[in-house]
Amino acid sequence: MGRDRPSGEGGASGTVAGGPSRIVARGLGVRHASRRAWALADVDLTVEPGERVLLTGASGAGKSTLLAALAGILDPEAAEQAGQLTVDGVAPHAARGRLGMLAQDPDSQLVMTRAGDDVAFGLENAGLPADEIWPRVDEALAAVGFGYGRERPTQALSGGEKQRLVLAGALARRPGLLLLDEPTAQLDPAGADVVRAAVARATADRRATVVVVDHDAGPWLPLVDRVVELLPGGLVEQPPGWRPARRTAGLELLPGADGPVLLTADAAGFTYPGTATPALRPTGAALQGGRALAVTGPNGSGKSTLALLLAGLRSPTTGRVEAAGELAAGVRGGHRAPIRWRAGELVTRIGTVFQHPEQQFLTGRLRDELALGPLRSGTGDAAARATAEELLERLGLTAFADANPYTLSGGQQRRLSVATVLATSPRVLVLDEPTFGQDAATWREVVTLLAEQRARGCAVVTVTHDRDLVEVLADAELAL
Amino acid sequence: MVMVLGPVADVPLSRINPVAQLTAIGIVTVVLLTSLDIVTPAIVLAAELCLLPAAGLTDLRDLWRRTWPLLLGAASVGVVNVLLASDADPVTGAGLALRVIGLALPGVLLVASTDPVRLADALTIHWGVSTRFAYGALAALRLAPLLVAEFEAVRLARRTRGVEAGRNPVARVRLLAGVGFTLLVGAVRRGSRLATAMDARGFDSGITRTNARGSLLHPRDTWFVLATGAVCAVAVTVSVLTGYWSPVFIG
Repeated sequence: MGRDRPSGEGGASGTVAGGPSRIVARGLGVRHASRRAWALADVDLTVEPGERVLLTGASGAGKSTLLAALAGILDPEAAEQAGQLTVDGVAPHAARGRLGMLAQDPDSQLVMTRAGDDVAFGLENAGLPADEIWPRVDEALAAVGFGYGRERPTQALSGGEKQRLVLAGALARRPGLLLLDEPTAQLDPAGADVVRAAVARATADRRATVVVVDHDAGPWLPLVDRVVELLPGGLVEQPPGWRPARRTAGLELLPGADGPVLLTADAAGFTYPGTATPALRPTGAALQGGRALAVTGPNGSGKSTLALLLAGLRSPTTGRVEAAGELAAGVRGGHRAPIRWRAGELVTRIGTVFQHPEQQFLTGRLRDELALGPLRSGTGDAAARATAEELLERLGLTAFADANPYTLSGGQQRRLSVATVLATSPRVLVLDEPTFGQDAATWREVVTLLAEQRARGCAVVTVTHDRDLVEVLADAELAL
Repeated sequence: MVMVLGPVADVPLSRINPVAQLTAIGIVTVVLLTSLDIVTPAIVLAAELCLLPAAGLTDLRDLWRRTWPLLLGAASVGVVNVLLASDADPVTGAGLALRVIGLALPGVLLVASTDPVRLADALTIHWGVSTRFAYGALAALRLAPLLVAEFEAVRLARRTRGVEAGRNPVARVRLLAGVGFTLLVGAVRRGSRLATAMDARGFDSGITRTNARGSLLHPRDTWFVLATGAVCAVAVTVSVLTGYWSPVFIG
């Protein structure tokens, strides 16, 4: 599992005492192998010991690259470096023993099956004697406000609580530098609040220098001393009291218009086999062409399950989901329930975008990815290619036409996944958290794209926690 | 829908150290692999069944859920041998089926009673297994349940793209291969994120790792191994005395 690394370096124990770290970057530049442009250029930055700094900027501005450089995990063979970067006067790689990290995905950071064991993991690695470990574990759990005790199985925790635990695991090692890499990007609003509260509580004593990387600056402002923003021109120090521009500001969307009802859910509910409580209680909904419906509600209320029923991907265990004659026209066998349609029939009628775009990618090139749906639904080869080129152009992805979808940034993947669905011109669009974790630019593009589809007469359903999205786009809200 | 790793709460059998359980499994394996009669596996299996409650496996439905592939496999081994072998009778077939179950059930007992973390602790402390291997494997194991959930999502995602096998078995296999590939890509990416996270917490950094939980061997662990040996000895003795004993001699 561990990465290869020259021995004798980076082996400093995490238990070595020493105050918070000092970061100095002078003319720092990073260029990834096989890319012509510098991902990061001419960065000058000094972070004093104990400071808490927010590093923000749009997707692709180089935030992740700078973070990787600070963490000392840039592979020298895959990235060329210019200028200078030091943590406590040495290369970040050599200061790794004094680093604590919290990344995005809660599930790929925990190692052990119980909460206390997981916090102890980093202390065992540092070679701390067993009798010193447990007091430190308890101290770290208390510092982040983890309330379940050491024996709690880590699998039973929510995303926010898992992140809180990972933070405790990092703090237990008493790091000089704590790096937080968009730690709330995969959490719902309640989970994000949990994590920010834990960070605020645990870093108040300023025993560590804290660098938070997040494109969504607003929620972190009360927690940090300084904000630096990565812009195309370089790193900009924002003045005290700075606030990010609202992503909804100046956004003008095409309005919708009342169209016919295309799809209805009639007391549709769903219970997984072998479980007692339903994942979705019987729910009614009518999807009208030219209108956008937002499905909201706390985690576990069945929002995503409702999306699967409406999308014709699961059959309701109670009630019915039925298409109007207009939508079902031409389906072989005349079936009205979307679950009974063949996949090729489904894609021209109901388009679905999942929360994780990469789960839906099937080919090795963007161009093929966009042509796939039209080809599968029986469109001729030439027409499918033409549709693909047109969509690439419209989404500003032409430069990546031959790239592998997996190599795109998160924002680009999101746009691509929406585009693949639009390629077959469905009348109903079902989207699960389409704006989740997106920066302001991608957010506006996705919302604009959805409004365009609504104006074309599509019924748009979004499952979302995003209040901004509900506010600017939704014509109706279904709160579960 | 959640796959659980290890017992939710400790069961009586959890008090036996995992390396003692593994030693016992070794003894049972050697004895059953070398005996081809019906009496030996029947007695060993009877003893194993007595341990089911100690492993918390009292719910018959839960037991069926954990063991049906094993039972099915054992039954087919028995039937196939009776049908295909010229000199096999139903008793030999039943003996072979019991042997398969008797070999596999200790593994079921171990998984049901042992937290994988305690297993890794015991292996590294008592048997000198490398910590890099043991805890690396442990971390990877945690990702397995995620794979199960993701399988379903990826399968549904194919349908949203117009890709579906329908009734064509060849298309079905190809689709499954595609789903498998998507899952593999996801697993590799998640695995490398996990490796980075473990690295950031000083895993495998060259410092000798300590163990916060420890792993103690008690007299009861010795008794457990001795009792296993005794059960096997009784089984073989009864088998010899009743005239059923028919060992496999290697070489």
